Amino acid sequence: MEISKIAKILDANIIVSNHDSKHKVKYGFASDLMSDVLTLEEEEVILITGLCNIQTIRTAEMANISVILYVRNKQVTDEMIHLAKENDMTIMQCNYSMFRTVGLLHENGLCPVY
Amino acid sequence: MHTEFVVVEGDFSNAGKASSEIKKTLKQLNIDNQKIKKIVVAVYEAEVNAIAHAYGGTIYVDLDHEKISVVIKDVGPGIPDVDMAMQKGFSTASPKVREMGFGAGMGLPNIKNNVDELDIKTQVGVGTEIRMVVNFLS
Ligand SMILES: Nc1ncnc2c1ncn2[C@@H]1O[C@H](COP(=O)(O)OP(=O)(O)OP(=O)(O)O)[C@@H](O)[C@H]1O
Ligand SMILES: [Mg+2]
Repeated sequence: MEISKIAKILDANIIVSNHDSKHKVKYGFASDLMSDVLTLEEEEVILITGLCNIQTIRTAEMANISVILYVRNKQVTDEMIHLAKENDMTIMQCNYSMFRTVGLLHENGLCPVY
Repeated sequence: MHTEFVVVEGDFSNAGKASSEIKKTLKQLNIDNQKIKKIVVAVYEAEVNAIAHAYGGTIYVDLDHEKISVVIKDVGPGIPDVDMAMQKGFSTASPKVREMGFGAGMGLPNIKNNVDELDIKTQVGVGTEIRMVVNFLS
């Protein structure tokens, strides 16, 4: 699914943009547990999380995940933005709850990893 | 090539710096991406453990064209029962650590899955030393 489509479905802001809006992610993975994210073999993933701290960016860096979506209007810090830019990541943020977010993305055809 | 990194207890904002540096170095050397991911995920988990469960420590990295070997040595409480700690889901993480997104009890099993060699030496009340190797050629 294209990043621009995800943003449209969720009425999301793109806070850091390092991909073409036509860039596609194949899978969605929602978790607040970083070690869970670190088990993924898939890399064409958008990480959807309610946890908003520097470790979510670090975790994505190690897992080769380059698109992160923060739900529930979480505020992304300057430190996080800096690290995301350094790693060529795209960071998005939406106001919807985790449940609504994953529901909408699934309904619109984004695949689960498992 | 030999490099060392210091990790500081509770310093979550710098957790991952060592793994990140290792990743950059391996990329420059054109090591296979899957191999890079294996070692950086394992080092990152161990780095977070040294920050979260111990009082910080030192990471020693040795790299040649065949393999990377990383030792994460901390000063800390040690692990009383390593077999139990290796099980998926076992965690003694504090609420603060859980707030940071850790404490699923998956870090050590994750390390084991990713590396070719793993050796854990630990002494209660003294600390823990985790040695891991990823071979590039196999
Ligand atoms: N360096 C260490 N010093 C002391 N105890 C440790 C150390 N590393 C791990 N442990 C113990 O082993 C347990 C399991 O570690 P593991 O990394 O598998 O899970 P976790 O850190 O609790 O959660 P996760 O890694 O999933 O975020 C820890 O909760 C802790 O009790
Ligand atoms: Mg851990």
